[in-house]
Formats: sequence, structure tokens, C-alpha cells
Amino acid sequence: MTTTAIRVRGLRKHYPGAARPAVDGIDLDVEHGEVVAVLGPNGAGKTTVVEILEGYRHRDGGEVAVLGTDPGRAGRDWRVRIGVVAQTATDLLDLTPAEAVRHFAGYYPDPRDPDDVLELVGLGGVRQLVGQLSGGQRRRVDVALGIVGRPELLFLDEPTTGFDPQARRDFWQLVRALAAEGTTILLTTHYLEEAEVLADRLAVITGGRIVADATPATLGGRRHRPATVDWLEGGAPRSESTDAPAALVARLAARFGGEVPGLAVRRPSLEDVYLELLATGQAPVELAAAGGAR
Amino acid sequence: MTAAGLAPLPSALPLGLARGALEVKRFFRSREAVVFTFSLPTVLMVLLGSVFGDHGEPAGVTSSQVLAAGMIAAGIMSTTFVSLGTDIAGDRDDGTLKRLRGTPMPAAAYFIGKIVLVAVTTVAQIALMLAVAMALFGLTLPATVGDWLTFGWVFALGVTSCSLLGIAISSTARNARSANAITQIPYLALQFVSGVFVTPITALPDGLVTTASFFPVKWMAQGFRSVFLPDSMAAYEPAGTWELDRVALVLGAWCVIGLVLCLTTFRWRRGQDG
Ligand SMILES: Nc1ncnc2c1ncn2[C@@H]1O[C@H](COP(=O)(O)OP(=O)(O)OP(=O)(O)O)[C@@H](O)[C@H]1O
Ligand SMILES: [Mg+2]
Repeated sequence: MTTTAIRVRGLRKHYPGAARPAVDGIDLDVEHGEVVAVLGPNGAGKTTVVEILEGYRHRDGGEVAVLGTDPGRAGRDWRVRIGVVAQTATDLLDLTPAEAVRHFAGYYPDPRDPDDVLELVGLGGVRQLVGQLSGGQRRRVDVALGIVGRPELLFLDEPTTGFDPQARRDFWQLVRALAAEGTTILLTTHYLEEAEVLADRLAVITGGRIVADATPATLGGRRHRPATVDWLEGGAPRSESTDAPAALVARLAARFGGEVPGLAVRRPSLEDVYLELLATGQAPVELAAAGGAR
Repeated sequence: MTAAGLAPLPSALPLGLARGALEVKRFFRSREAVVFTFSLPTVLMVLLGSVFGDHGEPAGVTSSQVLAAGMIAAGIMSTTFVSLGTDIAGDRDDGTLKRLRGTPMPAAAYFIGKIVLVAVTTVAQIALMLAVAMALFGLTLPATVGDWLTFGWVFALGVTSCSLLGIAISSTARNARSANAITQIPYLALQFVSGVFVTPITALPDGLVTTASFFPVKWMAQGFRSVFLPDSMAAYEPAGTWELDRVALVLGAWCVIGLVLCLTTFRWRRGQDG
């Protein structure tokens, strides 16, 4: 394929009556086979962007090509190639997961086996109606319906909301397997750990603008941030920030004559840099520069 | 890329029938809908029929038989206009339509599914009403082939026009709850002015009858009275005859109007979706 999977230039969307645009000039590229996570606080514009890309919402400006097609004008051939897990859905309550997945499989020319899909999302033995399932189980039905058509490009809008920790890890496994098959994935999430585990790239949106577009390792110059070393001395916690943690640990080891009580070396977590990014509205200047220099 | 580009897309008719099977399953699983949709016209018919009693009208016809013939028209409007209007607004509200829009399902399959649903529920509804009317009011089934034919085309045109209008009106509702109100009001009002509850229709003020004459219910009821009542009862119609040509004309016109309204107003998305 020569074209990128998703190409967005200058995307704008202003809901009628709103004070500010919900999406205010966004550029985004997603290559085939890439997994990109869109992060941002509530109301940042993530769902608006994703639903414009899915062809659900109209845009007020900008260019959008998804699998080479304008989603606003796309037809059945295009929908065969995408999979959608929307943020909210309250339909299908009177069907069982198996009935729903089997039925939706029929819409596609080359669907996955419905029983395999149910197994994959952990709904293998579930016989109740969707309306009687727990929130997390219902969400798995949404995921099942999103992947049953064997999409080339999968949109996941907060797919793991309501998942228990085990279910979340199972879901990560599933996403990795889909990515390994070459599926391009655009997901939104509020779980930084999830973004870090799954995404090749992160795009942070706030106030309808992209404020950072980086890999999980380099977001906000993270790789070059000082490390924090914690230890206990005389029963009291001590902490020091340093660019040379190994040297500090060696000094401490020498001082304690062996093991250092309560020793921990921390780098800022993705969540730390993410929150800092949102607090300042942009990547810290000197750190971004440091990231670019090396 | 994948084989998806090469494999043919599933066609609309089998998908529509599969949707129909799913819709029927869904319908019978949601108990309130079944009880409400089915029982209301029949309960009304039984109550009103016992109020009217068997007041003899001429030609050995009772008031309750006249009522029953008209109530069948109302029963059709209930399973088509009211149910479909509310159902589709519900599909828009709860994300059914949105989810379908994200799949390659052809739009026609959705509507074929609704046609199957309406066909099943309406036939069941009318069978129930006929059975009750035969048991309680001594209504008899049409005796001649001609009457059965008339029954057939009045039924078909009535179901088609009211279904299309139900689909169209669903687009005016903000959500499923308002759709219920929006469909119930014309449903009840038209039954009153169309001589369904008040028989014979000539007992109503002329102005009301004239108003009712612009809408389908009056003509469906008249058509069914021509089928189930002896021809001497035509004297109690506004024109003194069954006016079957008019019945066909008005119902046919509403089919066309309904289709145009559907095609021009149908929305996949909720108003506030942006
Ligand atoms: N249908 C709509 N009509 C009007 N305004 C809307 C609509 N949908 C979203 N908005 C507004 O647009 C902005 C962005 O909303 P959006 O749903 O895209 O945020 P989000 O990033 O997905 O948030 P969350 O993390 O809570 O899902 C918000 O200010 C919201 O109020
Ligand atoms: Mg959202």
C-alpha cells in the first residue's frame, strides 16, 4: 500500500452553539500496521475525532482520508475494511452475545469464526442476554462485533472501560495479536499503562489540539528526565533526583557497606509526564529540546 | 490486502431476512412490547364492544360487529405506525442504527427486517382480534372470494401506508420516549374522528368526518366494514356506499406520500450527534 491508513490535515469541528471548537486544527498520520493511542482529558475531543474518521460525524473543515477514502462519502466496500468499537452503546439487549456475533458476521464477506471471536473476548460460555450482562461483559460484546469482520483498520474508543484487571490484560493480548496480523489500530484510552503497553505512538489531545505526538518512551522528553532514587536512612525515607542514578546507588552501597534499605530507582512514569504535559499545555521546553538534541 | 476486496459483499435480501428473524426474536423477548402492542387494541375492542352490547342495527348486525370491523383498522395502525415509529426511534436512540452504520450492512437489509417484523406482528394481531371478535361478538369471516380480495388489498395498502408513515414520523422524535407520544396522539385522535369508536361514522359531526377523510384510518375501517358487514350496512357510510375506489385511492396516495417522506427524512443519527 502506498497511502497511509489515516491521513488528517487541519481537521476542525465546531458543534452548533458551543463556545469553542471541539476540534481545532488537527494533523495526524497513522501508517498501515501501526497502533496509535489518542490520549487526552474528558472533553478533549477524542471521540469527536474518532467518529469523524469512522464517518459518523460531519467535519467543518480539513482533509481526512481513511484507507484512502473520505469517510463522509464512503460506502459498503470501505466499511468492510474497518471495525468500530464506539464509546457508548446500549443496543442488542434482547440478544445473547452469540446471536449478536453470529448475525454481525453475516454482514462481512470474510468474517472470523463467531465462536472463535467469542472465545477471544472471553464470552465463550456466556448464555445470558446482553441486557443481563455486567458492564465489562457488555463491553466485550462491543469488541467482538468490532473485530468479527476481520478489519484492516480498527477503531477502539475507550475499549476497556469497566474491564477488570485480568480482562484488561487479556484484551491487551488480543490487541497485540491483531496488531501482529497487521491490523492498524487507533484507540483512545484514559489508562496510561494501556497506552504504554499497546501503542507504537501516542497523540495527546487537549482542547481540540494535539499537544504531543511521540512514542511512549519519548513523550515529553521522558527518556532524558532525571531519575529519582529512594532509600531509607535511620528509618526515615530519603529521596534524590539525579541524572546519574547508578553512581548515586554505588555511593549509597559503599556508605551502607552492602544492601541499601528500601532502595528504589524510578523514572517518571508515562502518567507523570502526561499529567505534566496537560498541566503546562505543552511539552516542557528544555526537555523537549533535550529530546530533540540527542 | 485481505481477501475482503475480492469476496463479494453479502446481498441485501438474505441479510434482510436474517435481520427479520432477529427482529422477531427481539420483539417477542421484550415482554412489555408484546403485551402492550398486542393487547391494547383487543382490550379496547372487548371493552367498547361490551359497552355497546348487541344493540341491534338493521340487517341483523350488532354494534359490536361494526366496532370490531373498524377496530381491525386501528389494530393495523397500532402494529405499524405506532410500533414501527417507536421502534425505529428506539433504534436511533440506543445506538442500534449507529452500530449498523459502522458495518457494511446495506440499508435495505434494515428495512426488509422491519417489514418482516411488521408482517409477523400485524398478522398475529389481526388473527387475535378476529378470533376474539368471532368468539364474543359473532363476527363472521368474509364469505365470498371478492370480500377476501378486498380484505387482502385493504390490508396490504393499509399496512404499507401506515408503516411508511411510522418510519417517517420516527425521524421527528428526539428520542424513543417522545416517539411514543408522537405516534400515540395521531393514533388515538384518528380512531376517534374516523368512526372507529363512534359508530356509525355518520353520528360524528361533518367537520370531523371531513378531517378524517384526509387520513388512512377512516378508509381502512370503511374497507373492512365492507368486508365483514352485509352490503345493506353501506347505507350508514357517509356516502351511502362502500366507496371502495376511494379507499384504494386514498390509501394508495398515502403509500406514495409515506415513501417520499421516508426517503427525504430518514436519519441514521440522532439529532444531537453532530
Ligand atoms: N454531539 C455533541 N453535540 C455538542 N457538543 C458535543 C457533542 N459531542 C461532544 N461535544 C463536545 O465536544 C467536546 C469534545 O467531546 P468528545 O466527546 O470528543 O470528548 P472526549 O475527548 O471523547 O471525552 P471523553 O474522554 O470524556 O470521552 C466536549 O466539549 C463536548 O461537550
Ligand atoms: Mg470520548
